[in-house]
Amino acid sequence: MDFLRPTSWAEALEAKAAHPGAVPIAGGTDVMVELNFDRHRPEALLDLNQVTELQQWAEDGTRIRLGAGVTYTRIIEELGDPLPGLAMASRTVGSPQIRNRGTVAGNLGAASPAGDAHPPLLATGAEIRVASTRGTRTLRAEDFYTGVKRNALEPDELIEAVVLEKAKGPQQFAKIGTRNAMVISVAAFAIALDPEAGTVGTGIGSAAPTPRRARDAETFLAGELAAHGLWETRGAIPDSLTREFGERVRRAASPIDDVRGTAAYRLHSLAVMARRTLGWAWADLQNDQRKAS
Amino acid sequence: MSQMSTRTKQPVGAPTSATNTESGRIGDSPLRPDGTLKVTGEFAYASDLWMDDMIWGVTLRSPHPHARIRSIDIGPALATPGVYAVLTADDIPGRNAVGLEFDDQPALATGVVRYQGEPVALVAADHPEIARQAAKKVVVDYELLPVVSDSRAALEPDSPKVHDGGNLVRHLKIRKGDQSVKAPVVVSTDFEVGMQDQAFLGPESGLAVPAEDGGVDLYVATQWLHVDQKQICNVLGLPPEKVRLTLAGVGGAFGGREDLSMHVHACLLAMHTGKPVKMVYNREESFFGHVHRHPARMRFEYGAQPDGRLVYGKAEIIFDGGAYASSTAAVVGNGGTLGMGPYVFPSVTVDCYGVYTNNPPCGAMRGFGCVQAAFAHESLMDELADAVGASRIGVRELNGMTEGAENITGQVIDSAAPVAELIRKVAELPLPPADTGSDLRSMPGGVANTTHGEGVRRGVGYAVTYKNIGFSEGFDDYSTARVRLEVVNHEPVATVHTAAAEVGQGLITIEQQIARTELGVQRVVVHPKDTSVGSGGSTSASRQTYVTGGAVKAACEAVRRTVLARAARTLGAEDLVLDGGKVVSRSGEVLADLVDVLGEVPVEETVEWRHRPTEAIDPETGQGNAHVQYAFSAHRAVVDVDVELGLVKVVALDTAQDVGRALNPAAVIGQIQGGSAQGMGLALMEEIIVSDGHIRNPSFTDYLIPTILDMPPMQIEVLEYADPHAPYGVRGVGEPPTISSGPAVAAAIRQATGLPLRRVPIRPEHIAGLVE
Ligand SMILES: Cc1cc2nc3c(=O)[nH]c(=O)nc-3n(C[C@H](O)[C@H](O)[C@H](O)COP(=O)(O)OP(=O)(O)OC[C@H]3O[C@@H](n4cnc5c(N)ncnc54)[C@H](O)[C@@H]3O)c2cc1C
Repeated sequence: MDFLRPTSWAEALEAKAAHPGAVPIAGGTDVMVELNFDRHRPEALLDLNQVTELQQWAEDGTRIRLGAGVTYTRIIEELGDPLPGLAMASRTVGSPQIRNRGTVAGNLGAASPAGDAHPPLLATGAEIRVASTRGTRTLRAEDFYTGVKRNALEPDELIEAVVLEKAKGPQQFAKIGTRNAMVISVAAFAIALDPEAGTVGTGIGSAAPTPRRARDAETFLAGELAAHGLWETRGAIPDSLTREFGERVRRAASPIDDVRGTAAYRLHSLAVMARRTLGWAWADLQNDQRKAS
Repeated sequence: MSQMSTRTKQPVGAPTSATNTESGRIGDSPLRPDGTLKVTGEFAYASDLWMDDMIWGVTLRSPHPHARIRSIDIGPALATPGVYAVLTADDIPGRNAVGLEFDDQPALATGVVRYQGEPVALVAADHPEIARQAAKKVVVDYELLPVVSDSRAALEPDSPKVHDGGNLVRHLKIRKGDQSVKAPVVVSTDFEVGMQDQAFLGPESGLAVPAEDGGVDLYVATQWLHVDQKQICNVLGLPPEKVRLTLAGVGGAFGGREDLSMHVHACLLAMHTGKPVKMVYNREESFFGHVHRHPARMRFEYGAQPDGRLVYGKAEIIFDGGAYASSTAAVVGNGGTLGMGPYVFPSVTVDCYGVYTNNPPCGAMRGFGCVQAAFAHESLMDELADAVGASRIGVRELNGMTEGAENITGQVIDSAAPVAELIRKVAELPLPPADTGSDLRSMPGGVANTTHGEGVRRGVGYAVTYKNIGFSEGFDDYSTARVRLEVVNHEPVATVHTAAAEVGQGLITIEQQIARTELGVQRVVVHPKDTSVGSGGSTSASRQTYVTGGAVKAACEAVRRTVLARAARTLGAEDLVLDGGKVVSRSGEVLADLVDVLGEVPVEETVEWRHRPTEAIDPETGQGNAHVQYAFSAHRAVVDVDVELGLVKVVALDTAQDVGRALNPAAVIGQIQGGSAQGMGLALMEEIIVSDGHIRNPSFTDYLIPTILDMPPMQIEVLEYADPHAPYGVRGVGEPPTISSGPAVAAAIRQATGLPLRRVPIRPEHIAGLVE
């Protein structure tokens, strides 16, 4: 097995073009597990850790451009304010050791339905910037996941960065695991509110072949909040509305039974998480208003 | 001390003598020789063993839980460059049969495989990767057979048979008192316990080195060198002096290393190739490579007076032993004789069964048969309390054993049995604050942010349990210790040699403390554990401090007698003691240096030490003095349960335990903390999920054990009621906490949720009401 170590982004893209079968390795927290279990025998590994461009994040107007190599630990420590949803999800990944190495691009590369970064990326409308020697393209997160552990990357493409809007309102993330740390999600949910635009974003994890949005729940909730004038008044959301939101999130999922949990429990927990995270997000919004006035 | 002349070279990573010069007698907590090394990552585990000319062995295992082997073609595997040997059952020189109690298990499958993961063939190659690839080229033609996967159905007459003799391993009966007695209050329950794994962190590993005398030296992480040796001798067709075992660094055991894993396989490959052979399981293979805790299905009934006083107890317990017996019969012995808990029952009816199925083999694990039953008897005690309107503590105080009480096999408990005191002690410990604050880590679900208090209810649960210490039912349970006292560099040095396995519990330190105490010397060397001294018995049943400790004490006493007799002769004085490297009179006057008394002539004594004998129980009534010692413990668990999502945070897990005498108080606390975590793990999350004989979660990704964020701080009350029959008054410590902690956690969750919850591990879907 070859071990390719490009030191610049251009070199990395050339290496990938020359060796489309080479497996990129960022933190290695998925790749090394696959290798150790002998699930894959790639012809080459393409180590991206020397590509310093990838380890940076930068502000770009209203957006954050998160280089592919930025670790969860840095997201938690440096980006909690502009990217609260992603930071909350990052905090639930593995253990300190895993967070010190693991990256969002790695989560995207692995494209596991249980990846914790996916729900906030979906809920906040993040874009994935991918590149090859042929050029660069930008994909919406929801178009990136194509199947169980499959994504939209072409064989010669690498993930360059994830581009996210700085939070325009409250964001929340919740994840079910059968122990209180270091656990793969049984079901996860993310919500992002944009009170200016009057929109709601959602993301569901571990409850369908791919991470997915609950679109119907989003439009329903945004519409009802508008209809009740709640975006302006920020008054209490009626219970019936919260409940219906939870139901619609539940209906967006299509989970399976496995050793980590039953489909019935996944559906149930999604409805509960949707209700609770909406409640917390709304309370944040109300607090903001109180602070502002 | 006799050295082995046949051993030519030692592998790197082989154990060396423990020679730390700490002080510390019994009752102190000296630093352990392995402590710093383990924390800094420098400790040599068995997986670190190395010889430059070694080759690597791997095991080909059955993918099927039950199948006939039509043929095995090793040709393509053997033809792989780099491969030295491919062995099957046909290559076994001796008897192809191993097993702890009955040798019902082939070392390599012949004719039929009875569980998924059963070893079928072995490959040795000069690189582990080549060996693994070659193993995939072994062609085994299987004909699938019906899978016996339900332990109750396995007992039906029309069930397919796992072994020719039928599916019953043991049926233990207890019939005590009036068998037709009735009671005004009757409570009953069915309870089920899932399959727990020992989940030791150091996977099975060892190195077998062929010796010039035609024998083999095996360095291995194990629990009982001599019982391994006996089985290996059978398979290799060699006498014990040709099969020499040395304990390599052990990364946890908990019962899972009592049976053979790679031991005999590495020896077979080494003998066949003439080369040192190393074998190391990976995590997944480890789940197939050792026995697990028996899953149990139980039906319990108590009859009581209106005030809660027990009139009778009935129990049916079925342990799923899986494909081979391992220690199932002894687990049935414990579950049957101890499974009603530490209570006094005038009448008892127990039927306890161990059965064969095509599930993974089950055997020893910390708590050994008592853990499973404790969930049933403690949940039923709570029900009894509720039925008669008594407090859960009160009903236990009322019925709890006391010293002099008779247990259900008619044995009189002849040392402390402080059931009422233990349960009262934990009840009196301060409770955690009702509000645990806003830190997510204190919430059910932790930082995964599933609740900020919504749906969270507090529950408190109690359990009190007991367990036998040492081997029971007439087993000749002994340990051997060789102690030598000599002058080295003008200093008196004691060397302690036993074959008792240090598996991380701190036995080496205890051996040093005892020798320092008995011989009054500072320097105590502990010789590597090996078979050049007699058996130390198993490191299980919480027995080593008691039994090997007893042997070391007795050997030291024998050495001391010889030394003092020598001193008495030269000094012309009587009534001498050893202290601080001196020979001292009773009145404290220093009469001579020990160094001078010893001179050039070392004193060495070897002692085989036994605890009081136990008896087989009557096959019809189950009556008899089955056990030598009993250990009691109680837990109080406080939990916060998110009743909507079914997630649990254990807020406090407090305990009281009688340890007889704490020879090393820090080690006692360590055992209690670790044991409590392991018991809690079974209540909340630890389960090998088996369907149709297949393990579905053989990884630490999906077999969950508690992390530091799951384990609450503990308040620990250690009672020391010395057992007058045991050396120094010690009482086994390691297992009791594993038995009482889980039932307390389960009880607390029942209290918080109001749900019956008759199965552990309790999963979120059970609490959320999504499973009946
Ligand atoms: C003990 C443990 C616990 C874990 N817990 C969690 C958890 O709680 N939640 C969770 O979501 N995950 C968890 N994981 C999985 C893993 O840590 C995450 O998926 C992490 O995000 C992977 O990031 P990485 O940088 O280590 O990826 P790598 O292992 O380096 O790569 C993962 C995949 O992405 C590809 N890749 C990486 N970078 C690029 C790039 N720039 N362009 C194209 N492809 C790329 C790789 O080729 C590979 O296919 C855990 C893993 C372990 C070992």
